[in-house]
Amino acid sequence: METLLIILGIVLVAVIAGGGALLAPRARRSGKAAQTGPMPGQGGTATAAPPSTRAPEAAAAPPGEVSAPPPVAEVPAAPTPTVEKPPPSAGRMVRLRSRLARSQSAFGSALLSLLSSGKLDDQTWDEIEEILITADMGAAPAAHLVERLRTEVKVAGTTDLTEVRALLRADLLEQVGADFDRTLHTAPHGDRPAVLLVVGVNGTGKTTTCGKLARVLIGDGRSVLLGAADTFRAAAADQLETWANRAGATVVRADRDGADPASVAFEAVSAGTVRGVDSVIVDTAGRLHTKAGLMDELGKIKRVIEKHATVDEVLLVLDATTGQNGLRQARVFAEAVDITGIVLTKLDGTAKGGIVIAVQRELGVPVKLVGLGEGPDDLAPFEPEAFVDALVG
Amino acid sequence: MFETLSDRLTQVFSSLRGRGRLSPADVEATCREIRIALLEADVALPVVRQFIARVRERALGADVRQALNPAQQVIKIVNEELIEILGGEARRLRFAKVPPTVIMLAGLQGSGKTTLAAKLALWLRGQGNTPLLVAADLQRPNAVQQLQVLGERAGVPVFAPQPGSGIGDPIQVARDSLDEARHKLHNVVVIDTAGRLGVDAAMMNQAAAIRDAVDPDEILFVVDSMIGQDAVTTAQAFLDGVGFDGVVLTKLDGDARGGAALSVAQVTGRPIMFASAGEKLEDFDLFHPDRMASRILDLGDILTLIEQAERTFDQQQAAEMAGKLASGDGFTLEDFVVQLAMVRKLGPISNLLGMLPGAAQNRELLGQVSDKDLDRAAAIVNSMTVEERRNPKILNGSRRLRIANGSGVTVGEVNSLVVRFLEGQKMMRQMMGGGIPGMPGMPGMRRGQKAKGKKKGKGGGRPGGANRPGGVPAGKPAAIGPGGGSGALGGLTLGGPGLAGPGLAGPDGPGGLRGPGGSVLGLPPGLQRPGGDSAGGMAGFGGLGSDGGPRHRDDDDDDGDSDGQQLPPGLRGSSGRRGRGKKGR
Repeated sequence: METLLIILGIVLVAVIAGGGALLAPRARRSGKAAQTGPMPGQGGTATAAPPSTRAPEAAAAPPGEVSAPPPVAEVPAAPTPTVEKPPPSAGRMVRLRSRLARSQSAFGSALLSLLSSGKLDDQTWDEIEEILITADMGAAPAAHLVERLRTEVKVAGTTDLTEVRALLRADLLEQVGADFDRTLHTAPHGDRPAVLLVVGVNGTGKTTTCGKLARVLIGDGRSVLLGAADTFRAAAADQLETWANRAGATVVRADRDGADPASVAFEAVSAGTVRGVDSVIVDTAGRLHTKAGLMDELGKIKRVIEKHATVDEVLLVLDATTGQNGLRQARVFAEAVDITGIVLTKLDGTAKGGIVIAVQRELGVPVKLVGLGEGPDDLAPFEPEAFVDALVG
Repeated sequence: MFETLSDRLTQVFSSLRGRGRLSPADVEATCREIRIALLEADVALPVVRQFIARVRERALGADVRQALNPAQQVIKIVNEELIEILGGEARRLRFAKVPPTVIMLAGLQGSGKTTLAAKLALWLRGQGNTPLLVAADLQRPNAVQQLQVLGERAGVPVFAPQPGSGIGDPIQVARDSLDEARHKLHNVVVIDTAGRLGVDAAMMNQAAAIRDAVDPDEILFVVDSMIGQDAVTTAQAFLDGVGFDGVVLTKLDGDARGGAALSVAQVTGRPIMFASAGEKLEDFDLFHPDRMASRILDLGDILTLIEQAERTFDQQQAAEMAGKLASGDGFTLEDFVVQLAMVRKLGPISNLLGMLPGAAQNRELLGQVSDKDLDRAAAIVNSMTVEERRNPKILNGSRRLRIANGSGVTVGEVNSLVVRFLEGQKMMRQMMGGGIPGMPGMPGMRRGQKAKGKKKGKGGGRPGGANRPGGVPAGKPAAIGPGGGSGALGGLTLGGPGLAGPGLAGPDGPGGLRGPGGSVLGLPPGLQRPGGDSAGGMAGFGGLGSDGGPRHRDDDDDDGDSDGQQLPPGLRGSSGRRGRGKKGR
């Protein structure tokens, strides 16, 4: 009953207190928001698995056709398991292209059959637009792209299938942005390691990406330290440790449950500096971009790391199945921690990940890596040409 | 930017008011807008097509004469259709005749199965069951540990004979779990399985094998509410591969519109049974189709807001806050700070505002109100003396300078806060029907008298006063009915042009957000004004008084629709009706 008054109260507060913001220049969100949800690292709610559960940390053959690493034997205190050397990152995309093609084939063939029907009437264009929409490109960008393609086709005065396809490919390629700098900055600065911060909403595959990324870097001959700053989700640190043991990286993790993630990140970077590793990858807890308190926490993690190192890459992990909400996620994360790259995961499914086109265009942040499966080596550098080629079949 | 469906439709129909029936051309234009709106909400394309076909059919025949405006009518149709699909055949969990009841979870990677398993177990336990969690996700590293920790937190035993991380046979684990459950007398078994892709034949076979081994009573498909167009493909793949009986939507605490819900429900014909919204194990509830429909259409989520408030505040706090607000003159800066703290406790202000209907169209504007501003306001008030807080009129130049220095802001900011506060105070006073005398009237409103069409804004409060039953102690805050409140607030809408849309949601839909919806609509104009200048900011609210119009009293409850005819949406009589329903909660 009083709830309506409560709402009224909210409005009143917003108007009285927030009114200033409407006059003042855009105030960025910050401050310690009173969060209704549990705040990792600030209370007893956050727990990680007790350290005693480390015994079963033996890695088994990963699924898929990937070069199966042998099961790792009992892991005692020191993480020195039998580690196989992961293959280097070069040429991965070639190997994984087939997998990408699998996910995209339906899309490509639909386009193909449309274009090969020979006539380009309104209905055909509509269908092309719809196909782009089903790739999660979003209604507006798809309409825009088709409109452009239509004009181009008209100008070129062609109904030739291959030409139209070439035009579509060129347009898509431009949308995907072939000219982005997609290199991952992982080289150490003198005596300080390169720091990579991995962020994203829940369940996109951050921890898995951290593990795979560590393997990629180790495969390229770097030494890697992983920071388990996901102190919230149960057993997240254990999961990261399992990955590290498989790849031969070291892990810095909190000694107690629900520690402050920023302090874990700081410890990880300090340890990395002392031990002289090349790269430090910091895994963070998944957080929905709508939770201001958690986004502030993320900002804090980054600030704290920057006390004595530079954060070279902030990678936003985006699930390829994500729809239009992905754009909002990216926007908020970009605002909070200034992301420098995107990792598009789960692209081996049926999802096309078209949302990255909108994300790239809006934020100017390139997709740098793609995740293409559950195997430990199913992470590859993003190649726009391969992506688009798979798209247009 | 016209982001919401209601905005789009309002645009389409801007020249259409007064016409009796929708022409085919209008319907086409409408359908195009609905299509885009649904696509933006991530509803899958095939579903959109089907849906549009149904809406078109209904809209063509619809008589829009009765409606406030055609846009509203169409939105009503859309909303009803949405609820129908989403609400399909709502049903409870099926329990086995002979325990244990077996519930199996399946879904893509990262959709939240493990967390959901624990939430479900906790929920079941709360209902007097004795669930057993089964760790059959042996794929992902340390998923077993995660479930063990969560199980411990939920106070539910976990059956995890295999270490996981790639070792062990999930089928065997599932099979053994049944014996374990029978042995230890658990009546429900919740099996957490590994995440898998629809195209991964081997993993799908494994899921089917688990299914065959345990013969589950319920297979729940867990789907992330942020999923896009792929929802249909995935859902179909799981339906073919494993089959499922119900759907669970997760991560609804994000701001994804959740069109996936519609896609999955439509394509598979399986009901959505649960919704999970939050990281805590308690953040789990039955699915509400009406709220989801509103969400997909971006009509705001007022009920969630109310629930959140109820969770956060106890009765006494709420009563206190309401009392302060209602007391008009008695509402001092001190109370304001207290209230501010309470609002802060509810969550980030941007989130709260976002939940109000009509928020989307003013997203830019709302985005500018941040928690920082709230903090700053609190700092300013905290730099005042007690006397100043109680009586801000004594604030002279030197006092203001002192406050500004004390709180680290400029004198201008202090000034504008004071001005806004005084205006707000005035607004409260007007809204509450002149303070104390108005109070007893509220019960009348609460009984369901509608904030009737022709009276605007505060009029809604007044007539209530007129037909008061009397005897209700003045100043009793609980007495303020939602109906009265919304009527009053709805008046605010008049301050802002172009607001026609969102509030009108599903005028007669089952659970719409009407009452409160209409009310909170008042917010955007109020916020728009300050954009100009601080004093003008209140113009929207100030308009209240003058807009009050003739204060009719009108007691009959029925046909809010025809009554509301010429009024801005927020004022529709139906708001009162909704309020009445809500009161029972």
